[in-house]
Amino acid sequence: MSTHHISLTVNGAIREADVEPRLLLVHLLRDVFGLTGTHIGCDTSNCGACTVHVGGVSAKSCTMLAVQADGLDVRTIEGMADGAALHPLQQAFWDQHGLQCGFCTPGMIMQAAWVLAKDPDPSEAAIREGISGNLCRCTGYVNIVKAIQQAAAEIRAAAETQTGAAVAAAG
Amino acid sequence: MIPAAFDYVRPADLGEALRILKDREGEAKVLSGGFSLIPLLKLRLAQPALLVDLRDVGGLDEIGRIDGEVHIGGRVTHRRILEDEGLAAILPIMRDTAAGIGDPQIRNWGTIGGSCAHADPAADWPAVLQALGASFVLRSADGERVVPARGFFVDTFTTGIEPAEVLTEVRIPVPGPRSGGAYQKLERRAGDFSTVGAAVQLRLGDDRRIAAIGIGLTAVGDAPFAATHAEDAIRGAQPDDTMFREAAAAAARQSRPTDDSHGPADYKRAMVAEMTLRALRIARDRAGAA
Repeated sequence: MSTHHISLTVNGAIREADVEPRLLLVHLLRDVFGLTGTHIGCDTSNCGACTVHVGGVSAKSCTMLAVQADGLDVRTIEGMADGAALHPLQQAFWDQHGLQCGFCTPGMIMQAAWVLAKDPDPSEAAIREGISGNLCRCTGYVNIVKAIQQAAAEIRAAAETQTGAAVAAAG
Repeated sequence: MIPAAFDYVRPADLGEALRILKDREGEAKVLSGGFSLIPLLKLRLAQPALLVDLRDVGGLDEIGRIDGEVHIGGRVTHRRILEDEGLAAILPIMRDTAAGIGDPQIRNWGTIGGSCAHADPAADWPAVLQALGASFVLRSADGERVVPARGFFVDTFTTGIEPAEVLTEVRIPVPGPRSGGAYQKLERRAGDFSTVGAAVQLRLGDDRRIAAIGIGLTAVGDAPFAATHAEDAIRGAQPDDTMFREAAAAAARQSRPTDDSHGPADYKRAMVAEMTLRALRIARDRAGAA
């Protein structure tokens, strides 16, 4: 079977690879690109540990082919922090004890990021529905929900400060 | 789990996709969102020689209203359907259904056309679209045909689609006045496949009797089917609980569930009656409010 040359943007950098069509996106990320932050949990699209963003939309990367991401923008947990500064979601998971073993955390954070991108001020019910495709076997979700609420508030506050600064600059 | 090897093409338009399917008839499978097909590939229950990815094929991702019908492109995702306010206003059953499919990530990628073409015997859309009297547009290099959803789902993972055809569009009649519908899904855990799913779409006449009725069931047969005996039992009748219970019992009798990890057949048959009853009540209330 032939290999395909693919080119995609991963966390802002263009990455290329020659892949078999049957290569799963999660294996491309982990085994070819060495981005092992994305975890393989159930390998059956149930647990959500492998969640990444493809074309700005959250996806379970164990159920997507690498060739399907050709030409698209992929974001993984490695693309969340800004240098040494954690992303507000990462910091909030730390602050709120939103993880114990941490296996589900990369997928949980990527899904939470998508939830907040769609709705910066989600209700608790919307958060719970938003992460319903991500399983955590340690925490019972309470602290995960608190973490997402903390991050949502911080991201909103930062956006307001920026808007305020822009208005002040324009004024 | 690693799928068996296959070739992959991503044609730029539908014409090219249809030519490839014709040239490689019987060897190729169509890839839409992938969240039904890729699990089968990983389990090696499907081992096509070629995947034809529809990602770059335009014109399959619109929701529109034309000549008394709602047209939904085959590549419209469950999430688009869930979030479409206009669609939910005239066909609330579509939102009921989309909301219960998989989880957010799956709804982001899974498509209505893919789900129908895949034809899992416990899938939701096939039951709903039979209740709605919908039809499917099937395109091939040789032309186009429009086939009713009723009769399309012939067996487990088996439909009326020919190997060189693509399901390009779902067409649903726009419901008349005093219409209502509902989908009731019993599942073991959130986002699971149905243990039992019952879809109802009905229209009340000027006399407030049931003028038109469609009932679809899933997960209780080799393929999702229309509960015609239940429909016959209440067409023209008063939309009250006595009649609804009669219809629900007829639906249970017509279903053919099997014992599996979701429960024994007797339990599922009882749940067909219950889910059908609940869907009938909600459909009636929505029709009354409409």
